[in-house]
Formats: sequence, C-alpha cells, structure tokens
Amino acid sequence: MTNRFSIFSLLKHAARGNTGWAPQWRTPEPKPEYDALVVGGGGHGLATAYFLAKNHGLHNVAVIERGLVGQGNVGRNTTIIRSNYLLPGNIPFYETSLKLWENLEQEINYNAMISQRGVLNLFHNDSQRDAAIRRGNAMRLHGVDAEILSRAQIRALHPFLDFDTARFPIMGGLLQPRGGTVRHDAVAWGFARAADSLGVDILQNCELQGLRIEQGKVIAAETSRGTIRAKKIGLAVAGNSSRVAAMAGIRLPIESHVLTAFVSEGLKPLINSVITFGAGHFYISQSDKGGLVFGASVDGYNSYAQRGNLPAMEETCEDAMALMPSIGRLRMLRSWGGIMDMTMDGSPIIDKTPVEGLYLNAGWCIGGFKATPASGLCFAHLMARDEPHAVAASYRLDRFATGALLDESGGGADLVMH
Amino acid sequence: MRVTCPFCGDRSIEEFSYFGDATLARPDAGADPALWVDYVYMRANPAGSHSELWYHASACRQFVKVARDTRTHAILSTDFA
Repeated sequence: MTNRFSIFSLLKHAARGNTGWAPQWRTPEPKPEYDALVVGGGGHGLATAYFLAKNHGLHNVAVIERGLVGQGNVGRNTTIIRSNYLLPGNIPFYETSLKLWENLEQEINYNAMISQRGVLNLFHNDSQRDAAIRRGNAMRLHGVDAEILSRAQIRALHPFLDFDTARFPIMGGLLQPRGGTVRHDAVAWGFARAADSLGVDILQNCELQGLRIEQGKVIAAETSRGTIRAKKIGLAVAGNSSRVAAMAGIRLPIESHVLTAFVSEGLKPLINSVITFGAGHFYISQSDKGGLVFGASVDGYNSYAQRGNLPAMEETCEDAMALMPSIGRLRMLRSWGGIMDMTMDGSPIIDKTPVEGLYLNAGWCIGGFKATPASGLCFAHLMARDEPHAVAASYRLDRFATGALLDESGGGADLVMH
Repeated sequence: MRVTCPFCGDRSIEEFSYFGDATLARPDAGADPALWVDYVYMRANPAGSHSELWYHASACRQFVKVARDTRTHAILSTDFA
C-alpha cells in the first residue's frame, strides 16, 4: 500500500507541518468497461470491492456511488458490532464478521477505533431470561462468547441503571464481551482507501440510472457519468434495493423504512459498554467524544426520507428514561435517519438474481453495519466464483418461496416485528 | 404526520397503526403458490406516492386508504378503504 499509515508517517508529516497529506483515494474518470462493477459506495459495497481485489485477484473493478462515500447508511447507524444471534444460518456469518472486525485495522491499515467494550442485552422477566439463556447457549455451541450476568453482577457494572422500576425490573442480562463499537465513518474511508490502493476505481457522484440487459444477461450500467460496461454487476444499495432491482424488473421481499439514531451532548465517561433495554427496542453506548449514542425501532411505515417523525423520537426517549432516569436532563444534540431494507423475515439477502451477471446484496434490516466486512467477503466470493460463501449460504433470494426463512424474532412477514 | 380520517377528520399519526401496501390483492385459497408468495412477501416499495392502509385504532377503528409520498412523508390524499 502506498502512503502506508504508521507512527513514522505521522511523525514525518507532523515535522512538515501536516502540509504534505495526499487524498486517501484517487478520483478517476470512469473507464468504458470493468470486469466487475459494484453499485453503492457504502460500507458493504466498498468492502466487496476490496475483497474482490484482495481475495479474488480482480483489479479492474469499480464502485459507483450516487453521492459521496460515507453519506449513506454506513454513517447513519449506532456503530455497534456483535454476533449474538440465535439461528444456525446467522451465527457463523456474524461471527465471521466479528472476527474480521477484530483484525480490520491491521488488514486495511486504518484506525477505525474498534472498541470491544461488550454488548449487554438486559432481560426483565422470566420468559426473556429463558430466551436469553437459549440464545447464549446457541452462541456458545457455535464457539461464540456469551455470558449470562445476574442482576447483582449488572448492578456492580452499571449502578446507574434503574433496577427496580415496577414495570420492567432488571433481572439479568446476556453479555457478549467481544461485541462493541467502531467509528463508522472510518470504516467507509478505510475500505475506500484500501480498495483504491488495490486498483479499484471509486466513482463518486455517479448515480445508477438504468441497467442494460440483453438476452437475460446484464451487460452495462447506465450512469449519470455515462455507460459503463461490466461483465458482473453487484448491487449493494441497501435502503434503495427495491428501486435498483426494479431497473432489472425484479420485485423484492423488501420495504424501505426509516430508523432514527440520536446523539446527546458530551458527558464525562459514564457508560463503558453497549447496553440494550429488553422491554423496549433500545440500545445505548457512549462515543469516545462523550456523547451518548442511542436508537430504538423503525418508525414503522414505508419511507425513503432519511428523517423520522416525533412519535418515534418520543418513544426512544421514554425507553431511555425507563432504563436510566439519570440522563433525563441531558440535551439531545443531533438525530439522523437511515433507510433500512426491511426484509419479510428480518434477515439479509446475498444471492444471484434471475438476471445473469447481476448479483444482489440487500435486506440488511436494522443490522447492516456490524455485517460490513463479512458482507463484503461473502458478496465478493459470490461475484467472483458464482457460488455462495459457506457462511452466507442461507441468505438466498428464493427462501421466501421455498419456506427456508431465517426469522430470528419469530415475527413472521410483518417487518415492524423484526 | 397528520392524517385526515374520512370518518373523524384531522388526527395525529399516533392514533393509527400501519398496515402497509394497499394495492395487494389477496389470491384465492387454491391459487398458484407463486401468487401467494407474491402477496405475502413481495412489495413494490416505491419512492414517491405510495397507496397504503392505516387502521384508526385509537378512534373509529376503521381502515383508511392513504396516498403518501415516501420521500417526504407528505399525505397526498385519504379515502375510505
């Protein structure tokens, strides 16, 4: 990698007054043809391009992005990473992802501030405790770390939580010590830089406007910067998957919904973990800058607006107050909405499409960020070899017809339940 | 968002529950399974005007058909379902 970051490069640039830093990736003009084209310059698309170049020797690769790298969902999440899943089709995939996170900074030579501070899921009644123990056992059977903590153990770790609310007393929690948080912007920038250094063209402000398909085979992408021919085109545009798939005449089991995340004004260190409230769908952590970062559920109606409405904000704040009343006088600094590809069973899709040469990476629901590196690994594998990666073999597009659903929550085809 | 319920008038969205795409037509019980897959799982999911059902749970308990722009959340029209 050219311009490799190290303590020596930092010192060298510091000695020169930090005037010598170069852009971290090129801004090339589109070539007329690529071996593989990835649509979507978010975390998943950039990771896919990186692994296409690194693992599969494809260097004539481009990523096209409608806006700028990092402006979509990769910068619109609550930065949590974890692999505390229940189903055999999901755990190996997310554990692969967590292992990739653990080595990511060395892999792409970029400081993503990965912090394995633990993810603690609280439970508040007997049935939730049974479900948490079952989930923890499923994780341990797959070699994933999981611990059940008692109420007393949690009180020792997080004394500021409200343990004795009459409605939702905290009975205990499921802890994944290896879970944590990552600086999400750095993931986008780091993958962009790493892919670029392997020869991938990152084409920003290049919007997909159509797909040229002849005799059932995709041959080119029509973009705002001209026609780009490609032997293989991969779609990694979660949030807008339905719109892009419609360009190829494909209907997806997906609705787009808005999920809002929030950050408070900065505080001294208070929460040293990720804590989720089992009685609502609420999760909170503290950034290194001091702000509390938290979110809850999707608003619950189709949306492409990238901003939520006040009832969902109110519910989020009610959850926060039920969990830790001590933050009641804290002011909210910012909120932002991301558009979620909500699938009908709550699990993603990494698969071929009925159009030859066109591949789909979609349906990440509310949990796409943690999947970023494994999603790139598996989607690159699929695009390069035309067969699914072993840990993503369940993420088929046809599972809605065959019945092989991956419904973690048991919510059925009601995506507000996922 | 505020919805003009055809029965009750102008109300807050909090009074309503979302029931999704109003254009889906339930197949006959004996229809081809592919039609059922389409009905249960597949969605047009448009960016723009979306015809959808909201249930006025906290008031008249009637279904309302709403046309809403999914890019702006603007309610374009409401009608009896």
